[in-house]
Amino acid sequence: MSNIRKSLVREPIIHISRRTDIPRWHGWLIRCGGVLAGLLLSGLIIFLFFKVNPISAYGSMINGVFGEKWAGKTFYDGFAYSFAWIRDTMILLLIAVGLAPAFKMRFWNIGAEGQILVGAIAAAACMIFLGARVPSGLLLVIMAVAAVAAGAVWGLLPALAKSFWKTNETLFTLMMNYIALLLMEFFVAKWEDPPGSNSISIINRVDKTGWIPPVIEGETFGTSFLVITVLVLIFTTLMYVYLKHSKQGYEIAVVGESENTARYSGISVKKVVVRSMTLSSAICGLAGFFIVAGRDHTISDTTAGGRGFTAIIVAWLAKFNPFVMILIAAFLTFMDYGAKNIATRFNVPNDFSQIITGILLFCILGCEFFINYSVKLDFGRKGGKE
Amino acid sequence: MDQLISLFTTAVTFGTVIMYGAMGEILTEKSGNLNLGVPGIMYIGGIAGLIGSFFYENGNPNAIPFVGMLIALVCAFAAAALAGLLYSFLTITLRANQNVTGLTLTIFGAGFANYFGGSLNTMAGGVGQISVALTSGVFRYSVPALKTIPVAGQLFFSYGYMVYLAIILAIVLNWVISRTSVGLNLRAVGENAATADAAGINVTRYKYLATCIGAGISGLGGLYYVMDYIKGTWANDGNIEALGWLAVALVIFATWKSVRAIWGAYLFGALYWLYNFVPSFIELLNNTFGWSIPPMTRAMQQIIQMLPYVVTIIVLLFVSFRKRKEDQPPASLGIPYFREER
Amino acid sequence: MESTIQFNSGAPAVQMIDITKTFGTVVANNKVSLEIRRGEILSLLGENGSGKTTLMNMLSGIYYPDSGTIMVDGRPVSIRSPKDAFDLRIGMIHQHFKLVDVLTAAENIILGLNEKFVLDLKNVRKTVEEICGRYGFTVDPNKKVYNMSVSEKQTLEIVKVLYRGADILILDEPTAVLTPQETQKLFAVMRNMKEDGKSIVIITHKLHEVMEISDRVAVLRKGEYIGDIATKDTDPQQLTDMMVGRAVSLNIDRPDPVNPVRRLTVTGLTVIDDDGVKKLHNVSFAAMGGEILGVAGISGSGQKELLEAIAGLRIIESGDITYYEPHTGKAVSLLGMNPRDIKRLGVRLAFVPEDRLGMGLVGSMDLADNMMLKSYKKGRLPLTERKSPKQLAEKVVQDLEVVTPSISTPVRKLSGGNVQKVLVGREVEGDPTLLLSAYAVRGLDINTSYTIYRLMTEQKQRGAAVVYVGEDLDVLLELADRILVLCSGQVSGIVDARTTTKEEVGLLMTHLGAMQTEPADDKEVEA
Repeated sequence: MSNIRKSLVREPIIHISRRTDIPRWHGWLIRCGGVLAGLLLSGLIIFLFFKVNPISAYGSMINGVFGEKWAGKTFYDGFAYSFAWIRDTMILLLIAVGLAPAFKMRFWNIGAEGQILVGAIAAAACMIFLGARVPSGLLLVIMAVAAVAAGAVWGLLPALAKSFWKTNETLFTLMMNYIALLLMEFFVAKWEDPPGSNSISIINRVDKTGWIPPVIEGETFGTSFLVITVLVLIFTTLMYVYLKHSKQGYEIAVVGESENTARYSGISVKKVVVRSMTLSSAICGLAGFFIVAGRDHTISDTTAGGRGFTAIIVAWLAKFNPFVMILIAAFLTFMDYGAKNIATRFNVPNDFSQIITGILLFCILGCEFFINYSVKLDFGRKGGKE
Repeated sequence: MDQLISLFTTAVTFGTVIMYGAMGEILTEKSGNLNLGVPGIMYIGGIAGLIGSFFYENGNPNAIPFVGMLIALVCAFAAAALAGLLYSFLTITLRANQNVTGLTLTIFGAGFANYFGGSLNTMAGGVGQISVALTSGVFRYSVPALKTIPVAGQLFFSYGYMVYLAIILAIVLNWVISRTSVGLNLRAVGENAATADAAGINVTRYKYLATCIGAGISGLGGLYYVMDYIKGTWANDGNIEALGWLAVALVIFATWKSVRAIWGAYLFGALYWLYNFVPSFIELLNNTFGWSIPPMTRAMQQIIQMLPYVVTIIVLLFVSFRKRKEDQPPASLGIPYFREER
Repeated sequence: MESTIQFNSGAPAVQMIDITKTFGTVVANNKVSLEIRRGEILSLLGENGSGKTTLMNMLSGIYYPDSGTIMVDGRPVSIRSPKDAFDLRIGMIHQHFKLVDVLTAAENIILGLNEKFVLDLKNVRKTVEEICGRYGFTVDPNKKVYNMSVSEKQTLEIVKVLYRGADILILDEPTAVLTPQETQKLFAVMRNMKEDGKSIVIITHKLHEVMEISDRVAVLRKGEYIGDIATKDTDPQQLTDMMVGRAVSLNIDRPDPVNPVRRLTVTGLTVIDDDGVKKLHNVSFAAMGGEILGVAGISGSGQKELLEAIAGLRIIESGDITYYEPHTGKAVSLLGMNPRDIKRLGVRLAFVPEDRLGMGLVGSMDLADNMMLKSYKKGRLPLTERKSPKQLAEKVVQDLEVVTPSISTPVRKLSGGNVQKVLVGREVEGDPTLLLSAYAVRGLDINTSYTIYRLMTEQKQRGAAVVYVGEDLDVLLELADRILVLCSGQVSGIVDARTTTKEEVGLLMTHLGAMQTEPADDKEVEA
């Protein structure tokens, strides 16, 4: 008898069940734990690779971003890295904010990368062809409108296919990225400057038409990042209000939860899908404009530079809350800058930052599990003994 | 004629990289996991194989080429499968979102490979200085007697063994998926995990295995690119990533059937390189018919390179429009499974 | 716990002792002990939500008990997965079929068995034909599941379990989706299997089926084991008492309709669903303000489609739906309108759909936000107005005694009865002139059910036309004023609920044209 019992009685040791209710602060505590685990792991890697104390490495990251070059430089130069960090945070944030309405609707817009690129192409086209004819202020408006329109068109196609034929939007938007990238290479070849370089040098270098102007005139780095920051933060707030308090935001939430409920309540699902996705991709297009007018002042195949993909992760981790996105975008950009700083210091490839970013994200993604599920270890009834 | 042969061989070589990536992803997606980390996995496979053979060749004065090849193969497969394991652990056990995890894996893989590729370059004394000539030679070896057969030799026998391995693998994979009990169970897991579970299939094990083996196969694509296509060195040119996304596209194009991925891969390869052959084609037309088609600009090349993606979108639209059950993506693609969900 | 009545035939095949299973805070089974004997048909009886399916899911390896022991053939076993269950020769046919759509019948049958590495479908076909021959089924092994009818799928499920050599078969509400003829066929097969020495458990809440097919009945109530009894020693009255805990004297208050006026007419309505199946055929009837029109029929006879068509959620193939305004009597056609259009016309239509969290409410939103599901567009600002939904939520919580931590709790976290109160509460708050409800008391406890009946009657007294789709005939007979009976998507009769009998309605449910003259010509439909 006891033999039979031993062979037949096997009790599961790990019980996993979905948490029904968890205090919000508890969730954030777990997320902080995930970040911490990521930092520890990255620290370990930094230690293994470079044999430096991770704490001093993180210290030098902070220094790198917040003005190691402070001493002996002019005020703005001293803060150049911080400016760049804030500016890049804002650009990443804007893309994530743009993705929010699509994701909240459970529409997987993986195509931000492409939407940024077409937006950038449209903005650059305006700069190149209207630069000499239109005053800078007006040109900026035209560029923004063109970028928004181009991004919108790029998102409209998968949205239409999704709403009429239920075409898989993840795969469709993914393909659109590469078409956009090749379109970018097409225009780079077409508008190349100087001829034969297969690249476009800084557009309107001399008169700076179509550049977002610095707030304080005359400084060398350019406080133009302030304009971007203010505009993006306004957008973030607007998106928060839009998703949380507007009628259209309500519709998005209902469609995302259940299409049947949406139809029941008289919402036209097709209309909401097309409208929200167009809005989403239009904002990504606008981010392309910001990159061209406020950051790169040119276009190339690295204009989007993977931001469209990183922003997906930002939006997802923030659970589509635009304000939380600020924190995550700032953190990821900071780590990216910091890791690049370390890479420069130790004369290793810049790709090091992607490894660090990857590790951090894996940890944060993994920790979500402990927010949604509770794990109970059951050692008491192990094996066949009772 | 030479041009056509050349297009064909380029298409086959290039297509083989994509084919490995796509076959791995087909296996993965059949289990219901949409792994957008394919480019990252191909990167990891490529660099792991290179590192393995580099250290073997450089640390061993009497290195045997064949052993180097085996080491490269095993390293590439194992490292890529390990990346698949990471993805599986996060998405299957920890139920993280598949899209987000896959994209993170692509970021990580690209960084990982280019970091070590760059370090390896430095170690070897500069870009392009990495030499695993012996190993790469095995990868590129083709039987001289066959290769020298006019035309047919060029067309069919001028490649390294991995080209033929890919075809065999595609056929075997197709057979396993459609004709064996393991394949049947796998299809059931990807279509409807709850049903598979109720039928006594260990869903978690199938998902893990399919994803890890699939990742391993995808990783071989990266290895083939490194060893054969760029002849055993490392180039930080983003090509592997582009090929990785083409592999994801090919899965859709082949409607999740590995045999269709064979000619699909060659077609993609041909479309990708078509621009190289358009100028001589135009010349031919102009000479023969006395037309005056202007020569192709560099910009136009990019438009032609778009074709694989455009064709994939058309296939995607067509499949969703026609709604034929057999051509649809696995029904639970991208959806996690948790048994006691209630 | 020992059963009260001992049987001399049949040794225990399965013993479940003190089984407890909880989901979060909900106790689905509390120390339940149950015995299944060899060669018997056991009915597991209980209301919706009494824990029948959960208990059986623990036998089939879908769930794992929190505590308690399961013994098979006298040996304690641990069933951690369906595979373990198969190994113990236990097979379950779930209410929602566990079949893979794109595979053939034969492929579904051998799924997970791994008999041979290379599939040998020829052999499978032979065995399947053998099983079919022995028990009297028909299954086409090469047919893809997505081409099968519901009853074909169920047959396939049973064959699948038999193919695996199951000796203990568990059927979860197998007749819910079957026509009476199909049910009889199934019962015949079940008797054949019993003759063959197999143990069969049938989960049901239909008493006449219990009486007809089973040898023994075990009753669960609210997760507790009440007892078991030999079928020949009992009658429906006693079983009902065991099932609900007290004698059912429904005593639903039914005031006479006051001055009924025509509110809605449906003429020649034909509806085809997305799969091209004709769900409603030439349906005509009128609903009056001030009365409750009950709709009866076996499940899947077109009840859902009928209500959804009226509410503007279905594409109508042919026919007309006309609404008459309460005071003016003006006729308005609702044909081709979506819910928004209907609302714009000023028709106060309320609809309590069958799928509460999948259609009527948004599970992740709180009570207040759910209140504005149909009225969120109010006001000219682009922003939503949050104050009145909050007040409304407070009011519903108070009026209907909804148990909830607060009005900012997501409705998904409420219990089934409270979810339904929120839904019905919202729908009746708009003072509807036409109230449609589908299976409004499904899965609810008795008290909540009575609350719902009261609300329906209140609406009727207010002058609303109430269309009440129900599954419990006793309730329909006591609650409704008239009963419309649907059979396979057609109207088989409209009877006066005060004078008709249960038998008459039952007959109409299963026999088309028992009262009506012959239905109109079948027009063939192009898919």
